[in-house]
Amino acid sequence: MASRAALVVLAVLLLVGCAKPMRDDLYVLMPDKDGKTGVLSVESGGQQTVLDQPYAAARVTEPGRVAAAPITEQETRKAFGAALDAQPPRPISFVLYFLEARDELTPDSQLLLGRIVDEIARRPAPEILVIGHTDRVGAVPYNDALSLRRAERVRDELVKVGIAANRIRLAGRGEREPLVPTPDEVPEPRNRRVEITVR
Amino acid sequence: MHRMMILSLVVVVAALGAAPVVAQEAGHVKVAKGAVQIERGGQKLPATLGAAVQAGDVVATGPDGSVGITFLDNSLLSAGPNSVLVIDRFAFDSTTHQGSFESSLQKGTLAVVSGKLAKQSPDAMKVKTPAAVLGVRGTEFLVRTGDPKN
Repeated sequence: MASRAALVVLAVLLLVGCAKPMRDDLYVLMPDKDGKTGVLSVESGGQQTVLDQPYAAARVTEPGRVAAAPITEQETRKAFGAALDAQPPRPISFVLYFLEARDELTPDSQLLLGRIVDEIARRPAPEILVIGHTDRVGAVPYNDALSLRRAERVRDELVKVGIAANRIRLAGRGEREPLVPTPDEVPEPRNRRVEITVR
Repeated sequence: MHRMMILSLVVVVAALGAAPVVAQEAGHVKVAKGAVQIERGGQKLPATLGAAVQAGDVVATGPDGSVGITFLDNSLLSAGPNSVLVIDRFAFDSTTHQGSFESSLQKGTLAVVSGKLAKQSPDAMKVKTPAAVLGVRGTEFLVRTGDPKN
């Protein structure tokens, strides 16, 4: 009698166990901030599913068991709200331009510098990357030195308005990475620049 | 005496060889709410604003915790409550944008915005869970994994 009761309990437990999925995995492809959508491949137990539409989703209840079905924006919000709210601010880049053969900013770029400072102030634990470039007038070693001097000049401006120097990293790339490709020794104002990334 | 000197020299050389490699930083904590910890080499460190995250680190959030990390290639990873995220591998060449980034979400929720690594090479970034491997061709996606009984 007791053993029969135990058997019934065991059968019920088994049924419940079967009905419940082993996992509750959910993978969702989101639209990018610029309106495009990327591609995500989900490989589970030898099965591959490719997600390439906004809010395309794959659910995995056990390895190899993948069901693809889109999800709504609200469901996404419900399942991932806390993770989405913890997303750090997107890194942002600026370009400042310089007068020929000098480490002096153009007047427009001097103004932009103020906006960059505001952006840095808004961010938690900001990191600032300052990369100097030149056009192709002059020899490579000269331009390497000039590009670094331009980066240092921007760093000094940022430090002057109160940004901690240890948050800023510098690099000089010389004439190697022109924004606008030119033959050697051709002056090109658009290549005399410093790129600043704030993240 | 002579033998002693050789022996101590061997010990010194061995010690130099075994010197810990300085781990490269992979990213920094930009958002931390509630309980968030970074486990590194058996030690538990608080994930404060600006704290460095390295390859090998395990980032764990409590029931009220969430964390956002910006990586050197501009990838953004953020985890919700009750999550365990392992940074398995991170290498990024800031000139060529080549390298690799592998992480595992052992449980919980994760939001990802891929960065320069995934843009440069479609195989550079992978996110794993106990049940799946995600190949990232860009750019924004969400991951939830775990045993529903927990």
